[in-house]
Amino acid sequence: MSTRLAQGGRLIDRSKPKNFTFNGKRMKGYEGDTLAAALLGENQMLVGRSFKYHRPRGIVASGAEEPNALVNMGQGGRFEPNQRVTTTELFDGLTCTSQNHWPSLEFDVGVVNNYAARFLPAGFYYKTFMAPAAAWKHVFEPIVRQSAGLGKVPTEADVDRYEHFYYHTDVVVIGGGVAGLAAALAAGRSGAKVLVMEQTHHWGGRAPVDGGEIDGQSVEDWIAATLAELEGMENVTLRTRMMGSGVYDHGYVLGYERVADHTPGDGRPRHRLWRIRTKQIVTATGAIERPLSFAGNDIPGVMLASAVRDYVVNWGVSIGDRTVVVTNNDDAYRTALALKEAGLEVPVILDARDEATGPLAEAARDAGIRVEPGRAIAKVNGGKRVTGVSICLQAGEGAALEEIPCDAVAMSGGWSPVVHLWSHCGGKLIWDEAQAHFRPDPDRAPTGHDGEAFVVTAGAASGAMSLADTLENAYEAGKTAAKAAGGKAVRKAGPKAEAEEAQPMAPVWIMPQGAGPQKRMKMWLDYQNDVKVSDVQLAAREGYESVEHTKRYTTLGMATDQGKLSNINGLAVLSDALGQPIPATGTTTFRPPYTPISFGAIAGEARHEIFQPIRRTPMHQWHEEAGAYMEPVGHWRRPYCYAKPGETNEQAVHREVLNTRERLGLLDASTLGKLIVKGPDAGKFMDMMYTNMMSTLAVGKCRYGLMCTENGFLSDDGVVARIDEDTWLCHTTSGGADRIHAWMEEWLQTEWWDWKVYVANVTEQFAQVAVVGPNARKLLEKLGGMNVSKETLPFMQWADGKIGDFDARVYRISFSGELSYEIAVPASQGRAFWDTLLEAGEELGVMPYGTECLHIMRAEKGFIMIGDETDGTVIPQDLGLNWAISKKKEDFLGKRAQLRSHMTDPARWKLVGLETLDGSVLPDGAYAVGEGDNVHGQRNMIGRVTSTYYSPTLKKGIAMGLIKHGPDRMGEVVDFPTVDGSNTVIKARICDPVFYDKDGEKQNV
Amino acid sequence: MSNAVSALQGASFDGYCKVEEAGLTGMITLRGELASAGVAKAVKAVTGAAMPGQGQITEGAKGRAGWMSPDELLLIVDHADAPAVVQAASTSLAGEHALVVNVSDARAVFRVKGAACREVIAKLAPADTSVMQPGMLRRTRIAQIPAAFYLEDDETAVLVCFRSVAQYAFDLLKDAAKPGGEVFG
Repeated sequence: MSTRLAQGGRLIDRSKPKNFTFNGKRMKGYEGDTLAAALLGENQMLVGRSFKYHRPRGIVASGAEEPNALVNMGQGGRFEPNQRVTTTELFDGLTCTSQNHWPSLEFDVGVVNNYAARFLPAGFYYKTFMAPAAAWKHVFEPIVRQSAGLGKVPTEADVDRYEHFYYHTDVVVIGGGVAGLAAALAAGRSGAKVLVMEQTHHWGGRAPVDGGEIDGQSVEDWIAATLAELEGMENVTLRTRMMGSGVYDHGYVLGYERVADHTPGDGRPRHRLWRIRTKQIVTATGAIERPLSFAGNDIPGVMLASAVRDYVVNWGVSIGDRTVVVTNNDDAYRTALALKEAGLEVPVILDARDEATGPLAEAARDAGIRVEPGRAIAKVNGGKRVTGVSICLQAGEGAALEEIPCDAVAMSGGWSPVVHLWSHCGGKLIWDEAQAHFRPDPDRAPTGHDGEAFVVTAGAASGAMSLADTLENAYEAGKTAAKAAGGKAVRKAGPKAEAEEAQPMAPVWIMPQGAGPQKRMKMWLDYQNDVKVSDVQLAAREGYESVEHTKRYTTLGMATDQGKLSNINGLAVLSDALGQPIPATGTTTFRPPYTPISFGAIAGEARHEIFQPIRRTPMHQWHEEAGAYMEPVGHWRRPYCYAKPGETNEQAVHREVLNTRERLGLLDASTLGKLIVKGPDAGKFMDMMYTNMMSTLAVGKCRYGLMCTENGFLSDDGVVARIDEDTWLCHTTSGGADRIHAWMEEWLQTEWWDWKVYVANVTEQFAQVAVVGPNARKLLEKLGGMNVSKETLPFMQWADGKIGDFDARVYRISFSGELSYEIAVPASQGRAFWDTLLEAGEELGVMPYGTECLHIMRAEKGFIMIGDETDGTVIPQDLGLNWAISKKKEDFLGKRAQLRSHMTDPARWKLVGLETLDGSVLPDGAYAVGEGDNVHGQRNMIGRVTSTYYSPTLKKGIAMGLIKHGPDRMGEVVDFPTVDGSNTVIKARICDPVFYDKDGEKQNV
Repeated sequence: MSNAVSALQGASFDGYCKVEEAGLTGMITLRGELASAGVAKAVKAVTGAAMPGQGQITEGAKGRAGWMSPDELLLIVDHADAPAVVQAASTSLAGEHALVVNVSDARAVFRVKGAACREVIAKLAPADTSVMQPGMLRRTRIAQIPAAFYLEDDETAVLVCFRSVAQYAFDLLKDAAKPGGEVFG
């Protein structure tokens, strides 16, 4: 069993106990513990079940590479699944539960999958797709759904806050082990601005556990002295609890800072995502120890040798009383020695190499530990916990030579540099035969815009495996990065350690090397996704040669740990099965993030009221206080209608229409886009942007205009006013202002850069109110100021002046068909102007109206609406707007496209009005059907409804639609089948789209 | 006019920096040939400020001039003076291709006050705030909206955005300045 030792634990403070619960059971740890250390200290080795076979899973590692120990963390608004216990700091009150089992962790029904393993081979999912479709729906999908998923889905909204932080620097050092610190020292001494980030809360990495001396000091003393020097440098910033998550083009780095994971509810942001621009990046990301593939290597109690050592030294936790060490390299001997020093038993060290001659092996022998070269583990005994191992010859097929009882196995298959961040942006790897690992190729670094390297690796991340090599390599890396980032040359010597002698490691991919199928089916590569040596070999036999295909077929490395432990072992097995050298197989692609980061961190501040910007007009608050029902129009919120108490929205809309037609309505039209176009070439430019002739518009006059894309499709519309000789004001749709502004700038900046035209977007400078209805003029005359009579300010003209006390620009334009003035005042006075109009208009029957009333009134008049009558495939000619397309102009955007044969096809659907025979309202978007079926056996379509409303003015349904040969079929009746299940057909007669005041007399009074 | 109001009417928030809406401010967009003597003369005449270089904002007796793009300046003056300034500058530039337009009411202005004002803005804007000194201006974004900012002094940042999103900008700055969110110190 695992337990807390009476002494030891360099990272914990035994005077500060912390209480937590696991599956409801109360447990205790200490400040400085990871959740993993605390669980192990309480003998909680079993922490979950594997994804596919539901096999018991224990803690394997001590850091970010942990594949097994994922838990559901927290409760309620702080519940989060799949949290890695090895990277979770313990805090008082922590609660967590194990995942992926039913009904309990100890007894899991799903484990039957384990016995059915031969029916769940590699590529199981893919093979199910080959079965008949019904089998997938009724057999496989329910099985897959039942067994899929690790943690639970949160049911409550996250109560924490998150933020981003933009940071600019010269050098980023990722990793705060001795390599990172040495690199930071060099970079800091150069005077460059340096940011150093360390993913855990303590500096120095694993060097203090491994021991040694730096510059004659203990590793721990050197770390303290180095930190003191770095903290004294103004140009160096040190951050712990911050992981280098990804490296991207142009020196962009994401840093994932876990600000308050260990202090939940203290008011700080939980996570902060650093969005960093840097000139140079040093990845001092260390190395990860590889497991060995022997039968039963997934039984709880089998751990990485380095992790066993970490738990003893860092947290004073023993994994077991008797630990068998199995290795192919010298480093694991350190674990044996550390255990021995802690007073624990190491019955044997099994060294797969033919001999064990290194100094560490000698030290182990001197400590009285039995060392067995050329030996291997034939199988591990035990179910939910290791009970012993069978020993065999590594060279043989696994015949047991001896049984050794033990309660833990510490394994080491060698070390792989963490090359992830180097590789994110294209850094290449080379295969190092001596160390049997891929390491960064310094000659093929990720390069920036100038073709120069912007990432350099330091220490173990470079493949430097001894303390001496690590320090030398890292200090050089820091110097290189600082120099490339423009720092001063550094003359001061870097830290040094004594060179150590070591016996070369020997690659071991299968243990024992001649193991048969029975054993290979029990050799786990990927613990989380249950991928075994036999699965990869099966994939190779089935023809999978590419490592990327094998990964997806077997799911090797596809779990939440992204194969940090399984990757190299898996591709070594694949290479062997394919009979090719490992570098010929290569690696899968390393992609950010290095370990999963929270969605909260990615979203940052964008939640709740600041999820998205909401645009408000100067009168917005009045609308809200008046109880308006608001609808989104772009990022604006506009009143749809103003329902009175007891009124439905529909009733309110009808009241607003009738009141505006009979008396007086006010519309907040501030959202309409307003673009100023000015310059000697503005007339020429306007003629290109619009289909109409705008250059000839007289000063003081208004003209309705259409804008098309270069492909001829109608894009936006609005009224243009000529302000002076070289200035035009263009109204755009509410949602189109920014888009059309950008559209104009694009043509001016890229195509007609030599034209003298400036554009400014003044949409928000003005509050604009439409004063509409028979009483509109009376209201303005009552307020006094400028002359708004028919004679002085006729229809389709504008004038500057005063309305009451307000500086105003008044446009005589009408989107409703009524007498109408659109009045623009400075936005700062918009609310006051609105209030004044309402107050003065009371005796004239004034009522504000919303967008739905606007829509109905325009439909009654047969005016089109961008987005209703247009959908990106409609040209002005389809809408009967030929009158607004100049025939005199040599060119305008869309002209050429509108001459294409498809655009001039007489069979195009064209705009008409539609009246139902029974006066009902046609469903929006309804299709008109013709005779016969098309080649797919579907009914032929001959048109569709684009706008449809109940007209309170005409007391019946009115609609517009696009109908094939529509304008030639006036008076004909077409069929609109319903899709509401009633199987009925609505009949509608084709008519003129102008339903109300055809001659325009009402607006022109 | 007495009934003219700014978008948030001086709303403020005390976090680890103070965030306040600055009230009505006169702002003018001037587009033209920035190298021309006429533009420099017009800018000097209405603000008293010299022509700003790229990324700069200059200050004169009557206002400031900020560099917004290779052919655009932002002139900052008293709100009440803005219409007259537009008139004067337009007249002065009548002989050359230029556009002078009053955008005072299209904008909202905020002050972020405190030793950490750069840090608060750095949570929202991708510009490098650490190098910002009085006299520099950045036209950038905060979260999802366009914004520009400059420093009045070492502990006061002035941030300009569109009026319609004033509430969003204020809420963003409040969130960024909330106690507990200090990045350094």
